[in-house]
Amino acid sequence: MSVFYFVAFLSVFFALMTIFTKNPVHSVLYLVITFFTFTVHYILLNAQFLAVVNFIVYMGAIMVLFLFVLMLLNLNKDTEPLKSNLVKFMGVIAGMCILVTLAGSFRVLETSQPVVLKDPDIGLVGNLGKVLFSEFLLPFEISSILLLTAMIGAVLLAKNEAKKA
Amino acid sequence: METVIQNIQGVPLNHYILFCSLIFSIGVIGVLIRRNVIIIMMSVELMLNSVNLLLAAFSAYKGDASGQVFVFFIMALAAAEVAVGLAIIVMVYRNTRSVDINALNRLRG
Repeated sequence: MSVFYFVAFLSVFFALMTIFTKNPVHSVLYLVITFFTFTVHYILLNAQFLAVVNFIVYMGAIMVLFLFVLMLLNLNKDTEPLKSNLVKFMGVIAGMCILVTLAGSFRVLETSQPVVLKDPDIGLVGNLGKVLFSEFLLPFEISSILLLTAMIGAVLLAKNEAKKA
Repeated sequence: METVIQNIQGVPLNHYILFCSLIFSIGVIGVLIRRNVIIIMMSVELMLNSVNLLLAAFSAYKGDASGQVFVFFIMALAAAEVAVGLAIIVMVYRNTRSVDINALNRLRG
């Protein structure tokens, strides 16, 4: 039980470091650590498939893509023009407002049922595969079209156009 | 395996909701206070991940596998979003030599 609170503290800490660090490369690395703590959360929930996919897709693919673009654009310096302190202060106030609104609307402070794994097997690969390929077969196929579209779009967008513009 | 399951027993569901709301709010603050487009996209990823974790927690709480399938679809969507978004950023950088969000206000009439 205390493992959850420790990992949650680490997640919040590294998420804060992600958005408050000046250097973009450090920011990406802190985000990688944040995603790793999320993987630990999935393991604690016994969602093994999600833990592995989170580890491979988020930490492996997406973060490498971010880091690659940062290095490609040569942005690994603290060259970001900062917003004024007033705008930052207002941003933090607005974020706190949304936190209070969410906490209030979900009635977080009342006592609730503890999370007990009724069926510890639902997060395993076999069980999820059965659900995915029977109940959610159509969305699964459509998501393949989505990924194809994204791939074509990314290639078209990033392609170096012949000097016409 | 048994110890892992033992470890999670007893965390109230509200603490999961509070934790995920906190991470979501951190993502919102990141979008609001930064000007680097790449870091803004990273904050969006943070928000998506907090929702993913909450879906997985609800799925475990209810004993229903649909929530975890939704998380899988959201991950596929996030991968597509990041690919297209970073391609757009590379194109914008090629044209404006900057990833400042204020360089993108040329669409206003």
